[in-house]
Amino acid sequence: MSLKSFLKEKLVSKELNDQLDKIDKPVGTLGYDPWGFNTDTNKIVISLFSTIYDKYFRVETTGIEHVPATGPVLIIANHSGQLPIDGTLIGYAVSSREKSPRLPRAMIERFFPTVPFLGNFLNQVGAVLGDPTNCSKMLKNGEAIVVFPEGIRGSGKLYKDRYQLQKFGNGFVHLAMKHNTPIVPVGVVGCEETIPAFANLKPLAKLLNVPYIPIALPFVLPAKVRLNFGEPIHFDNDEPSEEQVTRRVEKVKSAINSLIAQGLEERQGIFE
Amino acid sequence: MSEKKIVIKKKTPSKTVLVTGAAGALASQVINRLREKYKIVAVDFRKLTYHSDDIPSYKININKRGFEDLFKKYDFDSVIHLGRISSGEETRMNRYNANVIGTQKLLDLCHKYGINNVTVLSTFHVYGASPYNPALIDETAPLLAAELTMDLVDSVELENLANIYLWRYPELNITILRPCNIVGPGVNNSISSLLSSKFSPVLLGFSPMMQFIHIYDMADAIALSHQKAKRGVFNVATNDWIAYQEALTLCGCTDIPLPSIPPILPRAITSLLGMKMFPSYLINYYKYPVVIDGSNFNETFGFEAKTPLREIFRTYRELKE
Repeated sequence: MSLKSFLKEKLVSKELNDQLDKIDKPVGTLGYDPWGFNTDTNKIVISLFSTIYDKYFRVETTGIEHVPATGPVLIIANHSGQLPIDGTLIGYAVSSREKSPRLPRAMIERFFPTVPFLGNFLNQVGAVLGDPTNCSKMLKNGEAIVVFPEGIRGSGKLYKDRYQLQKFGNGFVHLAMKHNTPIVPVGVVGCEETIPAFANLKPLAKLLNVPYIPIALPFVLPAKVRLNFGEPIHFDNDEPSEEQVTRRVEKVKSAINSLIAQGLEERQGIFE
Repeated sequence: MSEKKIVIKKKTPSKTVLVTGAAGALASQVINRLREKYKIVAVDFRKLTYHSDDIPSYKININKRGFEDLFKKYDFDSVIHLGRISSGEETRMNRYNANVIGTQKLLDLCHKYGINNVTVLSTFHVYGASPYNPALIDETAPLLAAELTMDLVDSVELENLANIYLWRYPELNITILRPCNIVGPGVNNSISSLLSSKFSPVLLGFSPMMQFIHIYDMADAIALSHQKAKRGVFNVATNDWIAYQEALTLCGCTDIPLPSIPPILPRAITSLLGMKMFPSYLINYYKYPVVIDGSNFNETFGFEAKTPLREIFRTYRELKE
C-alpha cells in the first residue's frame, strides 16, 4: 500500500470522501488532471485542513453563495501573508460550503514550480502556475479559479503596508472578457497578521533567485480570518482599449477594498 | 448453360509506401497495420530487418546516393519517416547528419518524385521542459528545447526543416507528429528503460506530470495520419496524465532519489555515471512537466487511444515479476 493510500484510508472519512466525489472534476483514469491536481491528495489535505480552517484561523465567510454553482468563474482577492495561506483558505471555503461545493484552482507565482516538494504538492491540491494559457484552458473547462492580481507585490509586502492594495495586473479582466466569465471579488482580512513581516532581505532574495525573504516570526500566528465574497461583476467583451481595461480593473479593486473595509469593521481584534 | 467459375484473386496493393526506421518496434507495428492495403518498402540505416517475403527491406543510409535508386525502382506514393537517431545515441554531429541532413535529402526526393503524402515523426521533447510551461501545450507553442540543451538541437532542426517544406511544397502534404512518451513492448527509448528498470532514478522533490501512449496506439495514429494525409503539425497524446514517480510505483520500480538542487548537481551525477536511461540533457523532463494537448489530432483524424495507463504500467510491472 502506498503512503497516499494509507493516509487516505486513515484520514479521509467516508462522508468527506463521498462529498468530494460528488464534485465534478475532469480528471484522468488515475485521478490526475493535466495541471497535476490529484483527487486523493486533495482529499487528504482537505481532511487535515478542516481543523486548521475551523479551529486555528476560525474562518468566517459572508456572501460565499456569490460563487456560481457551475461554470467558469474568476475569484479575485487581495494577497497577503508571505505564504499562500489566503488562497488555501478561499479554496477550502468554497469546497466545503453546504450548497454546491466546488474545488477551485489557485494561480500561484512562477517561483513555486522550482521549489522541490512544495511545487508538486501545491499542484496536487489544485494550485496552478499563474500563466494566461493555463487560466484560459481551465476557464474553457468550466473551472473556478482563484487569482491574486497583486502577485508577489501583495504577498511579500511588509506589515506596515497591510491592507493597502498593491498594483493589480490587467490580465484577469482580459481573460474574464474573453471567456465571458463572471468575477467574484473577495476581501481577505486576517491573513496580513498571520506572518507579519518587518523587513525584506532583497539582496539575499536576489542572490537565491526567490521573490522575497521576509524578516518575520518563525511561526504562523492564529489570527482570525474573514473572507467576504462580493457580488459577481460582469464585463462585456467589447474590445476595450487598455485604458478602459485598467478602469475595469480599478472597479474590481474598489470592490475588494470595500469588502476589506467591511471585514476590518466587523472584527473586534486581530484574534477575535 | 455454361458453368461460371469463381476465381478469388488476392488484391494486389496499388500504392507503395516507403517506411524509414524499419528496424524499430514502432515501424514494425506501422507496417503491420498498412501491409494489407499497401505495398511496403522498408529501409533502415542500422540493420537489415525481415518483415515478410512480400516486403522488400534495405539497410541503407538516406544520405548515400544509392538511396535515390529506391525512388526510381519503386515509384513510391507516400513516405512514413520514422527513422531518426534518438537523442543520446551517436555523436551530435552524426545525429545532425542523419536526422536533419538526411531528412532534407528525403524531403527533396519526395518533391522530385512527386510524392503527395509524407508523415514525419517528431517528439514532444521539442517544446522543452521548463518550470514556466503551461499545461496542455498546443502546436503553436514555441519550440524551446534547443535553448535548454544542445543535445536536442537536431530534434528541433528536423522539425523546422519539415515545417519549411510543409509550407514551401504544400503538395507534399507533410504531416508532422509530435507524440508524448511512447512506451510498450519493444520500445527502446529512455522513458521505457526507466519503466522497465527495477531501480529508477528520480529527482528529489520533483515528480512532473507525464503522458504516455502505447506503441500500438501510436502505430494506429501514424497509420491514420498516412491514410487521411492532412497537412500540418499535430501533437499526439492521450487524455490521461500521471506524475512520474507514481508511474514508476505502478510499474513496480524502486525510486533512486538524486539531489535536485543546485541544478548542476544531478547533471554532474548522471554525466559522471553515464546513465543512459536518465541522460543529463533530459534531466529537466524529469523535473518539469511538458504536458501536450492532443485534441487537434484527435478531432482532425478521429483518433482515440485505446490502451489505458493502468494496462501499460501493469505490463511493465509483470515483466519484472
